[in-house]
Parts: sequence; C-alpha cells; structure tokens
Amino acid sequence: MKLSLKKCLSTATCALLGVTTQANANVLSDWNFDTALMYYGEVNRVQAEEGILNASKDFNNGKILNFGFVIDSLTGASANGAVAQPTAQTFTTASGKIQKPSKQTDIPLDGSFKDTRAQASVQWTQPVFQNNTLSIGSHFSKETDYLSVGANANWAIDFNQKNTTLSLGVASSYDQVKPLGGIHDPLTLKFTNIAPTNFGGYEDGEGDGIDYNDSQVIPADGGIIAASDNKTNNDLLLGLTQVINKRMLVQFNYSYTAVSGYMNDPYKILSVINNNGVTQEYRYENRPSNRTKQAFFIQSKYHFSNGVMGLSYRYMSDDWKIKSSTLDFHYHQNLIHGFYIEPHIRFYTQTAADFYQPFLNNNDAVPQFASADYRLGALDSYTVGIKVGTPKKNGQSMAFRLEYYMQNAKNSGFAIPGILADEPVFQGINAVVAQISYTF
Amino acid sequence: MKSLKHNTPKHNNRYIILAIGAVVLCLSGCSTIGVQPWQRNLLAQKEMELNSAPLDSALDDHIYFSKEASSGGRSFGGGGCGCN
Repeated sequence: MKLSLKKCLSTATCALLGVTTQANANVLSDWNFDTALMYYGEVNRVQAEEGILNASKDFNNGKILNFGFVIDSLTGASANGAVAQPTAQTFTTASGKIQKPSKQTDIPLDGSFKDTRAQASVQWTQPVFQNNTLSIGSHFSKETDYLSVGANANWAIDFNQKNTTLSLGVASSYDQVKPLGGIHDPLTLKFTNIAPTNFGGYEDGEGDGIDYNDSQVIPADGGIIAASDNKTNNDLLLGLTQVINKRMLVQFNYSYTAVSGYMNDPYKILSVINNNGVTQEYRYENRPSNRTKQAFFIQSKYHFSNGVMGLSYRYMSDDWKIKSSTLDFHYHQNLIHGFYIEPHIRFYTQTAADFYQPFLNNNDAVPQFASADYRLGALDSYTVGIKVGTPKKNGQSMAFRLEYYMQNAKNSGFAIPGILADEPVFQGINAVVAQISYTF
Repeated sequence: MKSLKHNTPKHNNRYIILAIGAVVLCLSGCSTIGVQPWQRNLLAQKEMELNSAPLDSALDDHIYFSKEASSGGRSFGGGGCGCN
C-alpha cells in the first residue's frame, strides 16, 4: 500500500515534469516524500486543518528539485474587532447576511469565517561555480478571497573549508484581496448594528428569544468602494552560517521586508463608543498602505552526546512601531531503537502598532488609520509542545506532534471607560495543535 | 579634578591595551573555529540542519503569521496567504 502510494505520487510528479513512463522506473525510487496533516483548534473559535506534501528529488550532483503542495481549510469564528457590550450585538457577515447575534458580554465574533486555500510551489537548487549554490523557486496560492503569486532566488557561497556560508536571498510576491461583499469604505463609512427585533419574527429554533435569518440580506449601504485590491511584498535576506566546532554551529540572518498596497483586514471593524463605553456605531478599519519590517535572527545548534539542542532568537521591528521578540527552544533526544522525543518551548512578545486602538471614541476626530485587530495590539504568547518520532525503516518514518498555544492580549495604556470596565476588551487565545507526519 | 584629567589618558591606554589583547585572543581563537572535512559526522546529521523539520516550520510559520504581527527571520517573511 505504502509502496503503491509512493509509486502513484512519483508517477503523478513525473507526469507534471513530462517524464515518460519508460523513464519512471529509474526515477521512482529517487523521490522522497514528506507529508504532514495538522489540526489547529481554538476553544469556541477558529478550527483549521492543513495538509502538506513535499516531493523532492536529489540528482546526486548537488541538484535538487522540490515540489510543494498545501491545502488548508478554516472554519469557525474570529473576533471582528468590535468591543463587547452588556447587551447582544448583531452584525452582518462578510457577504452582507445577518449573522447570529453575539451573546452578551462575549467579544463579538465573525461567524462567517470560512475559507479553503490551495498552494503549489516549486524550488530548484544547483551548484553554479565551485562552492556557490543557486536556488530559485516560485509559488502560487489561491483561496476564496485571496490570491498570491511569487518568486524567490537565493545565492550561497561556502568558504573556509565550508565552515562559513554567506547567503543572499530575494523574494517578491503579488497578492490580490477580493473580499466577499467587496471592500468597504474604511473609517469614513459608519454603520449601526441591526437590532434583532428590526427584522421580523424569524424563528431560528434555538428558543433563546433571539431569532434571525441567515438568508436575509441587508440593503446595500453604498459603502463598497472596490471589488478587490492588491499588495506587493519584497524581501531581502542576508545570512551567515558558521561552524564553531564539530558539535556546534551558529546562524545569523538579517531580513528586510517592504510591503505596499492594501493591508487592511477587510472584515475587521471598530466600535465607536461614547464616554460611558456604550457602542454608538461601527466603522471599518484602515491601515497604512506601506510597511517595512526588519528582523535579526540568530540560531545555534549544539550536538550533545545523545541529543541536539536548537535555540533561536528573533528581534523584529517595523515602521508601524511594532517591536517583537521570539525565543524558541527545541531539544531532540534520541531514545532506544531509533525512537526520539523532542520537547519545544516558544515565547513571543510584541508591542502594539501605533494606529492600534481597541475602539474609537465618538468625541474624538476619526483618525486616518485605526485598527482594533488584536493581532496588532500588545500581546504575549507561549507555546509548549512535544514531538515523538519513530526510527527510519526502509526510508519510512512517522512523527506525532502536540502543542499548546496560549496568547494573552495586553492593554498598552488605553483608558477603559464606563461599562467596558466589566467587559473582556483584551482577551486571549488558547489553541491546540496536533500533527502527524509521514516520510517515505 | 586636575588629577582626574591627568589620569584619563593612562586609563584610556590601559583600555586600549586590554581591547587589543581581547581582539588578539579572539583572532587566535578564531583560527581554531571550524572543523576539518573528516570531523563532520555529527554536523552532517539531519537534526543539525538549520531547518531540520521544514514541514513543522512551515506549519508553525502559518499559525504564527495568522495570529501575531511578526514573520520572517529564519526565512522570507512575505505574504502568501490572506490570513493576516
């Protein structure tokens, strides 16, 4: 079964390459497949499943061809940016439909969050001169409301008996956003919530006294300014890898990323509140159309007598005034008969973007840029995980990974007026990640 | 105050000598950094690769890119999905 799967995939890959069946016999055994299935689940929020297939062939002269395929699907609800209120709030979904009212004192969620993404990528690596390696690749990614195409190139030079490697990489991508229901006029468009009583007696069968109808479309509010928009990403990556001794190596990376174009989350809104914290209306968020990010990354690997430790640190800062630090620790412990166990700990902290605010106040002038997206606010997160792997037999091995992700949103100095003092304005995320990997 | 001024150049000289000493020590240390080709058996193991579990990294990057405001560092930090 496993062999036939490999044969099947190899044949498919050969077909993609245009290699004839006659040649397949030689090619079959040379391909390596790495696959993984992942489940990501937040409590009462987003659930995601993702599958990856990587097929690579080593031509034994330093030339490596790699194909990657990714499919993921998202369901569930995510925070829409509005603040919680002591009374239930009703929002339209992205496609203009009325959705179930939020339960009172819950952070309002967008329950229409549902998407499927498919991505294909190809990468070719080969030596060019002595001690020089060139790698080029491209990707194509499509989801219901998003499209991304991109290309990358990386040049690496080994010297000092291959103890030192310098690398220079560039990548560029073009992304198109096509939100369901179009792009709303950001910040300038204000709208009020629709009280459930305003749209008739549709019984939803839940017996909670709040009825709604998923198929009822709200009259057009005239706030759609475009059907789609786009952005471009340009990346530069400089790397230095140094072998220290026979047990240790270190890597330093510097990366510079420039993004320009539409970077709003088209589904995120802000509540406009009065002095007592009561929501008066809502507005769509608006982010600057340029962002430059710089990241410094240092990683060290150390081989102990029966295990390998990986420790890395990343410092990132951008011109949205976000600064972040990430510390990541892995320890690969070999067990008997080729089994292994790998604990993982990650710590992350970020400051808020300068235009982040949890709500707008109706006494203040509307700012040029504002977002209540929790991902742009101050937050800390922690990940703890463990991976267990089986020995490699006949080129096959399996691994299981289980991780727990905790994110705590923080108030970076906003005064919380009136009734909001009793509401969860800054909340966290708790998520479980489960993954199974199979190599053959 | 006067005596301080007189002392400063001496202190500076001492720091310069110490700094040169440190650089010389480091350079002599640097000459022993690295390995000979036949000493690479541990470095050549899969676990010692800079990105030893690329699928795990790709899945993690996707999660953190869609839940946090940072990306990149280890590799390119550009877009590719509408998750952020």
